[in-house]
Amino acid sequence: MANSVWVFAEVKDGKIKKVTFEMLSEGKKMAEKLGGDLSALLLGQNVGSLAEQLGHYGADKVYLAEHEALKDYTTDAYSKVIAELIKANEPSIVLYGATVLGKDLSPRVAARVEAGLATDCTGIGLDDSGKLTATRPMFAGKAYADISFSDSKPNMASIRPNALPVSPPDESKKAEVIKVDVNINPDDIRTTIQEFIKTAGERPDLTEAGVIVSGGRGMKGPENFKMLEELADVLGATVGASRAAVDAGWRNVSDQVGQTGKVVSPNLYIACGISGAIQHLAGMSTSKYIVAINKDPEAPIFQKADYGIVDDLFKVLPVLTEELKKLKAEG
Amino acid sequence: MNVVVCVKQVPDTESAIKVKPDGSDIIKDDLKYVMNPYDEYGIEEALRIKEKFGGVVTILCMGPGRAVETIRTGLAMGADQAVQLDDPAFEGGDAFATAKALAEALKGIEYGLIFCGKQAIDDDLSQVGASLAELLKLPQVSLIQKLEIADDKKSATVHRQVEGGIEILKVSLPAVLTTQKGLNEPRYASLPGIMKAKKKPLDVKNLAALGLSSDSVGCAGSKALITKYTPPPPRAAGKIIEGEGPQETVPKLVKLLREEAKMI
Repeated sequence: MANSVWVFAEVKDGKIKKVTFEMLSEGKKMAEKLGGDLSALLLGQNVGSLAEQLGHYGADKVYLAEHEALKDYTTDAYSKVIAELIKANEPSIVLYGATVLGKDLSPRVAARVEAGLATDCTGIGLDDSGKLTATRPMFAGKAYADISFSDSKPNMASIRPNALPVSPPDESKKAEVIKVDVNINPDDIRTTIQEFIKTAGERPDLTEAGVIVSGGRGMKGPENFKMLEELADVLGATVGASRAAVDAGWRNVSDQVGQTGKVVSPNLYIACGISGAIQHLAGMSTSKYIVAINKDPEAPIFQKADYGIVDDLFKVLPVLTEELKKLKAEG
Repeated sequence: MNVVVCVKQVPDTESAIKVKPDGSDIIKDDLKYVMNPYDEYGIEEALRIKEKFGGVVTILCMGPGRAVETIRTGLAMGADQAVQLDDPAFEGGDAFATAKALAEALKGIEYGLIFCGKQAIDDDLSQVGASLAELLKLPQVSLIQKLEIADDKKSATVHRQVEGGIEILKVSLPAVLTTQKGLNEPRYASLPGIMKAKKKPLDVKNLAALGLSSDSVGCAGSKALITKYTPPPPRAAGKIIEGEGPQETVPKLVKLLREEAKMI
């Protein structure tokens, strides 16, 4: 339908990801300006009960595609369902979260329906003619680019988690649920998931974490990251690492923050023993608040940090963890 | 098994990126260029496949004249031949326009696998691999960290890094796989390798050689275009928390985080 804004609702472990609500909040404003409606795309198996929550966050309609072949994400099955929906309904704008899944799915769908796509956007809006515009970091955040799209529809963007504000949900709002006929043959899916090895605990992924505690060369060895884990436990944070710490083999590659690792935007980033190489700073400088703990007062990280402590991190960290525990106990 | 590795030349990660005052582009004068780090994993993996199964490793690179250096690096590592797509018409394109040209160039090449880096560290789009797979009607697997090809070479088992863990999946071949740090340790080019690279075939193709029209590639063939570059939003100078040791500084930090930043 012309002028409608679509949001791909990403489900993980039976829950809708927060970035979905961020997109619905922004998408609602755009749909109102365009005089169109806001729709969410909900794919999976036994996920119908989640449609209600999408309504609370502003979705007028939920396209619900349920099928056993959609239980786990595969590029082939998900892109087929979404591309067919787009072709049949012709939305103006389609948004995805710039998550591992969203960044696998969105370019595949965009190429199939020949749509423009901007990746990992930190801002989106409409130009005077009602066309999507986007702002996105390049060079891991060393520069930003404004993006405009061609006149053909739809235009697409994937949105960086934590970049857009969430409007409070309205529990009186109800979305109209449209059941989608899913036609998937086994031959359509050319990848089969054989196993999933869980490596992380309950902590959110770095790219979606609200708080990150990160360690660098100054941690001196893998065993000392236990101190960061303890601090992270108190803060409900995810532990990250600099390239130096990863290349030394102290931490897993998936923990690396920076231009050749993950670009992160938490509310709070605590950098411990990280000097702040340009490629690391690029990956975390969109954090809302940055705390640096480093014994070298000349370390470049202090130029990006909101709060800095120039001291030995091995003395600071235990005190910080204790203080925060006390605070937590006080409620 | 023949393998194609798509490679891009990008500014080194140590580069500071400055935007032109009018926002029309970044300042390219002093940039040092290297092979996109994620593409190095693709070349290394392709060489390991060649060592195991035999076959030809082809580098496919879109880029201007200077990109030859990056191509030669890949040939010096051990790739057999290269195709460079070099034409002003290719410039400024979005990922889909780029993938169209790459797909066209692949028409004369035989392959069982295609590697792309998970993203280029300059535009950070993470799109070309998936777009190319779509245009070639091939399956894709992104972010791979381990690859085992079946003896019959008709399928592969890959480990991919996803949120919270490692997904192990089987994919039919040929396929497009995007490579991520952790897949392998890329080798350095040896001195004999560097000497040999100079004599390896490098086929430079322009728009006409691909047989594409100028409005289907580059800026003209794109649906998402950069209209303006800006420097990152500045961060206000921070506070160094003064005090005698953690017993004094830490409570001050906690107070600031609680009352000023409202983060805890």
